[in-house]
Formats: sequence, structure tokens, C-alpha cells
Amino acid sequence: MRIRIFVCLKEGVLDPQGKAVERSLHSLGYQEVRDVRVGKYIEISLDAPSRPAAEARMREMCDKLLANPVIEDYRFEIQE
Amino acid sequence: MRWGVIVFPGSCDEQDVYDCLKRNLGQRPEFLWHKDRLKGKFDCIVLPGGFSYGDYLRCGAMARFSPIMQGVVEFAEKGGLVLGICNGFQILCEAGLLPGALVRNSSLQFVCRQVCLRVEETDSPFTCSGKKGQLLRMPVKHGEGCYYADPAALERLRKNRQILVRYADGKGRSSAAANPNGSLDHIAGICNEARNVFGLMPHPEDAGEKILGSEDGLKIFSSVIAACDKKEKKAWLG
Repeated sequence: MRIRIFVCLKEGVLDPQGKAVERSLHSLGYQEVRDVRVGKYIEISLDAPSRPAAEARMREMCDKLLANPVIEDYRFEIQE
Repeated sequence: MRWGVIVFPGSCDEQDVYDCLKRNLGQRPEFLWHKDRLKGKFDCIVLPGGFSYGDYLRCGAMARFSPIMQGVVEFAEKGGLVLGICNGFQILCEAGLLPGALVRNSSLQFVCRQVCLRVEETDSPFTCSGKKGQLLRMPVKHGEGCYYADPAALERLRKNRQILVRYADGKGRSSAAANPNGSLDHIAGICNEARNVFGLMPHPEDAGEKILGSEDGLKIFSSVIAACDKKEKKAWLG
């Protein structure tokens, strides 16, 4: 299975990178842009007997290492 | 006193800590390789600054799983003193030994400059030789030193007086200008509830002799030495 993981700073955690990107987009003339958040994207190949098993393993990996639950939220998509 | 200084791949301040302890304070430091298990008797374990594992993923995220860290967690749980400086502070937060996390500086810039710290609490093994309100000058050098904790965690830190040092100006006042990284509540260093684990972003080991511009960093290490001398008498360590 191929897994795509998206990690983003939690709402409420300052994202200075997002702010800087937003300012740059504004200065390029894209005034309609708001609430830019910069996150991480990770891809993983995984052998798992079933989709629920893969989900359980992925949640473990995200909670332990791939995301820091104190500051980050994550979600993932599984492609079989 | 026996000090263990952990060396992770990518650590770069371990020699400064070692030299500061040995030359300036006559201590017996020993390097500990991250792949080894923690064995032997130590009074204090130091996690030095640097860029462990290249800061990949998040600062300190991977160093936390180094073989030696399991021993460090057990050592801390038994009341052993653990000091994390800069990247060491980030590792302690990632390992859950300290609450909160350190995120990108609000300026997005790497900061490298002398700062002033105000000692907020002296009933800890890391600040017991200082005075409340005393100012300590030492350098910071980091890109991810902005301390963050959610409102409930911040409230607990304040209530338990775990914020041991805050950024301040030369007159002891906290302000945005005196805060080098946008840290929440001007926090420069915190300890755990049991007060035996301390992490701070500034570098006391780089303020250990006059030629470096300040000797104030010695206050942190000499507090640890004083606390270990009278450990059994100190209520804050139970």
C-alpha cells in the first residue's frame, strides 16, 4: 500500500513561514489569499494485511514520530 | 561530581560543555555516545546543543529514539538531574520529559547573539545559586527556539513555578525586543514538575569565562554542583 501523510501545525500555533508566504503572495498581487499554513508531506510504502491494520499502524507511527501531537495535526490517505 | 555529556550524531556543543565543566569548574565530565546504553553512576546528564540527526523531520525528533535515551528517561524518573541546552532542550521536549515544544523563531531567522536571562525561581537544582531577578548574560544560537505550550500547559508551568528563566533586557524587563525568538511568555528555560529536568535555549557553557564576554553561565552549572552537595537536604527534589 502507498500512504500519503500530511502534517500541519495546529490552529493556534504560530506559523511564521505561512505568514511570510502569505505576504509574498500578496505582494505578487494575489490579494485574495488568506490563512496560509505551511506543512509537511510524507509518502510511505507499507505492507499490511488489511486497510484497518494499515490505519492502526500509521496512527502509531504518526503519534510516535512523524508528527508531534503537541504542535501538529496529521491526516493520511491510503492507496491500495 | 560526575557529569555525562551525550554525543548525538550532529551534536556540536559537547566539547564546549566538557571544557566549561572541566577547565572552569574542575568537574569530571565524560562523553557518552548516543548508541550506548546509559551505565555507570552520574550526578547530572547533559544533552548539549547542535543539530542531532541534521534536525530532520523536527529538531530533536529522532535523537529522542537513540538507545541512550531510554536510560536517560529512567535516570530522570529516579530523580537524576538532566540538563538540556538548545538542541538538548528540544530533545527533552520531544521525549516528553518536558512539556511543550520548540518551533521556528517568529522572525524566521537564525539568531546568534548575546541575551539577558532573568532568574525567575531559585528553588531548583539548576538555579539555586542564583538570586530571584538576577540577570544572566549568555548567547543564543538557534533557528527553532520559540517555546510553545497550549494554554492549559502554560497555566500549569506558571502555577508550579516551572519557568526558571525568562528573556529580559539589560534592566530586567521582558519585552518583544528582548525576546530573540518570539517565545511564549518570554520563556527561555523550564523545568519539569519534579524540578530535576531543566531545558533552556541559551548556552551557559559559552558564557563560562571572561574572554567569552560573560561568566554568568557558570551560575547554572555551579547551582547543580551546590544542589548535589546538599541533595538530601533539598526539599524540591523530594
